Amino acid sequence: MLALFLVIAGLGLIGWLTARLRAVSFRRGSTARFSSLPSHFGGYVALWTVLPAALFLCVWSATSPALVTDRVLHDPAAAQLPPQGFNRAAILSEARSLASGNSFGAFNPLSKKLAPAYAAAQTRNDWIGAAIALLLSFATGGFAYTRVRPDFRARTKIERLMMAGLLAASLIAILTTMGIVASLLFESWRFFNIVPIGDFLFGTHWSPQVIDPADPGKTLGAVPLFWGTFFIGAVIAMLVAIPFGLMSAVYLTQYATPTARRWMKPILEVLAGVPTVVYGYFAALTVAPAVRDFAVSIGITWASSESALAAGLVMGVMIIPFVSSMADDSLAAVPDAMRDGSLAMGATASETIQRVLLPAALPGVVGGVLLAVSRAVGETMIVVMAASGVATLTLNPFASATTVTKQIVDLLTGEAEFDSPKTLAAFALGLTLFIITLLLNIVALTVVKRYREAYE
Amino acid sequence: MSIPNQSKISAQHVNVWYGAKQAIADVSLDFGQDHVTALIGPSGCGKSTFLRTLNRMNDTIAGAKVEGDITLDGENIYSPDMDVVQLRARVGMVFQKPNPFPKSIFENVAYGPRIHGLAANKPQLAEIVEKSLRRAGLWDEVKDRLTESGTALSGGQQQRLCIARAIAVDPEVILMDEPCSALDPIATAKIEELIHELKGRYAIVIVTHNMQQAARVSQRTAFFHLGTLVEYGATSDIFTNPRQERTKDYITGRYG
Ligand SMILES: Nc1ncnc2c1ncn2[C@@H]1O[C@H](COP(=O)(O)OP(=O)(O)O)[C@@H](O)[C@H]1O
Ligand SMILES: [Mg+2]
Repeated sequence: MLALFLVIAGLGLIGWLTARLRAVSFRRGSTARFSSLPSHFGGYVALWTVLPAALFLCVWSATSPALVTDRVLHDPAAAQLPPQGFNRAAILSEARSLASGNSFGAFNPLSKKLAPAYAAAQTRNDWIGAAIALLLSFATGGFAYTRVRPDFRARTKIERLMMAGLLAASLIAILTTMGIVASLLFESWRFFNIVPIGDFLFGTHWSPQVIDPADPGKTLGAVPLFWGTFFIGAVIAMLVAIPFGLMSAVYLTQYATPTARRWMKPILEVLAGVPTVVYGYFAALTVAPAVRDFAVSIGITWASSESALAAGLVMGVMIIPFVSSMADDSLAAVPDAMRDGSLAMGATASETIQRVLLPAALPGVVGGVLLAVSRAVGETMIVVMAASGVATLTLNPFASATTVTKQIVDLLTGEAEFDSPKTLAAFALGLTLFIITLLLNIVALTVVKRYREAYE
Repeated sequence: MSIPNQSKISAQHVNVWYGAKQAIADVSLDFGQDHVTALIGPSGCGKSTFLRTLNRMNDTIAGAKVEGDITLDGENIYSPDMDVVQLRARVGMVFQKPNPFPKSIFENVAYGPRIHGLAANKPQLAEIVEKSLRRAGLWDEVKDRLTESGTALSGGQQQRLCIARAIAVDPEVILMDEPCSALDPIATAKIEELIHELKGRYAIVIVTHNMQQAARVSQRTAFFHLGTLVEYGATSDIFTNPRQERTKDYITGRYG
């Protein structure tokens, strides 16, 4: 396969060189202006030599295994295969490993018998693929070569190909995301076939370790998870992030000297780039014990060492730079004329901030806070390391609380069959989380956008 | 070059720097209590800079430095004893581009009285707002929509709202920096009419690049060039009989 790609690349190179030569030769001795340079002709022929063949090979390598299996099934030995079912598939896959030399022992004698057929079919298919690819390469390359004429606009054609390539690149991200969402939807649908959606969304008891097969919904009520997520990410974390983020933005935009701003803004932005796992350590090893000790010292002896407060505090600190930079943008977008107008009325700097700048920047700040909440809610590493695995419906910040993301990790890291309600619950949780953050982001971006327009 | 009699603000030997760059050099000017004084001159000659020394708005610009004596009713406004908050309540300012706050019309006008504590209660505040809007000639147009946003008004109405906002704290001086340059001719005529009505009640200093406007609204005119004061006198004299060659060149449109 690799050799084949190299050969085709070599053909492309040859195409490039010959087309170039030809273009150089017809340019020589002519005084006319050409729309394309020799290298454009070269590139044009090279692309036509390589791309169709490469595309064909991609398609071929995707369809070839099915063709090979189909052929093997026509082998006389295949008649002894059990009809449909798990065994049949296992034997076939064992034969395939034997044929490709990836495996040396076989549990099933039949697979040993099938292996030569497999190998033969595989080789045959490889040769067919290679032959078609080379033919295609010659054909399309040759066709492109015949078009290398002085009046041919190779330059425009290459431009169009570039555009197509860029479009394909951007579609890949979108399509992948859509694929992921589709699989999330599919798995969740399977989950909701087993567990009633009402039990999941409104049930208040969550303990996936003990699932009653007769009534799996009884212990898969996600309300404590939603509450824990909200409590840690939207309440405790925001109680830290909003005031500190806002104050730092106000300081940076209104009070800091240009030098201070030049230093502090990049530092804040670097903070936003600290890997969350580092915050996770900090939460689990430093903050959580400190919070527990503090709670014990004020008489709450049962305080959890995996308290909601510890995870929320650290998450809040993590979000500060984010809130600060959003608020900074909104404050900076308020025209200086507002500030001057207020100062000229005799208002002090802080009166101006409270009465004019912050109200004017409010929609942008609110949008930023919603985005921050959406990030906090989806944040995983800190809660995996510092939050508890026990789902409790509590208002007490010193009690343990768990979040949706933490539970997803727990559900998928244990050993479990892939279609048990326990595992499928992870997909349902993921889907719910996805919908929530999606809605938050849409609302936030609409708010921010509308506000931006107001000052244009 | 001083105008005798009732000078409200007196500036003596004023220099202003932005960093190392001098924007105003040794300007001395007196502003009469009952006059509208126009500051004219080519763009960049320092009119706005000089105007902003009179209510210490240059304090808000990092790197700006002001030297010289500027007195309001004989009191040095740059002395450490001077309360900038009080100063700016006494010397109001209207900007080139209308800059109402993104609040209701009522709240825009009530802004100053609120921060300076001028009204003891709601009815009193409403009274101040109405009086200021009437003086700014805006009351009849907005009395039914006081709760609407000030930014929803037309440009000319916004500028009169800003004048009402300045009037609401009962200033003694009103500084206007090219208040009509963003307005259409009809809105401009309304503002000029308003300036006529306000004359006498407030000392008014207006920067303008429009010489006809200076001739129409002012009694005194000061001509600035390259950061210096070239000529100062009665508006009629400046426009009909300038003493300086540079003034004559400017008002006859030789440069601008
Ligand atoms: N904030 C500032 N920082 C630095 N230089 C300034 C600033 N404001 C004005 N200047 C400079 O000071 C000079 C006078 O400006 P200005 O007072 O705005 O002139 P005018 O209002 O007459 O057009 C100009 O050369 C201008 O570039
Ligand atoms: Mg100016």
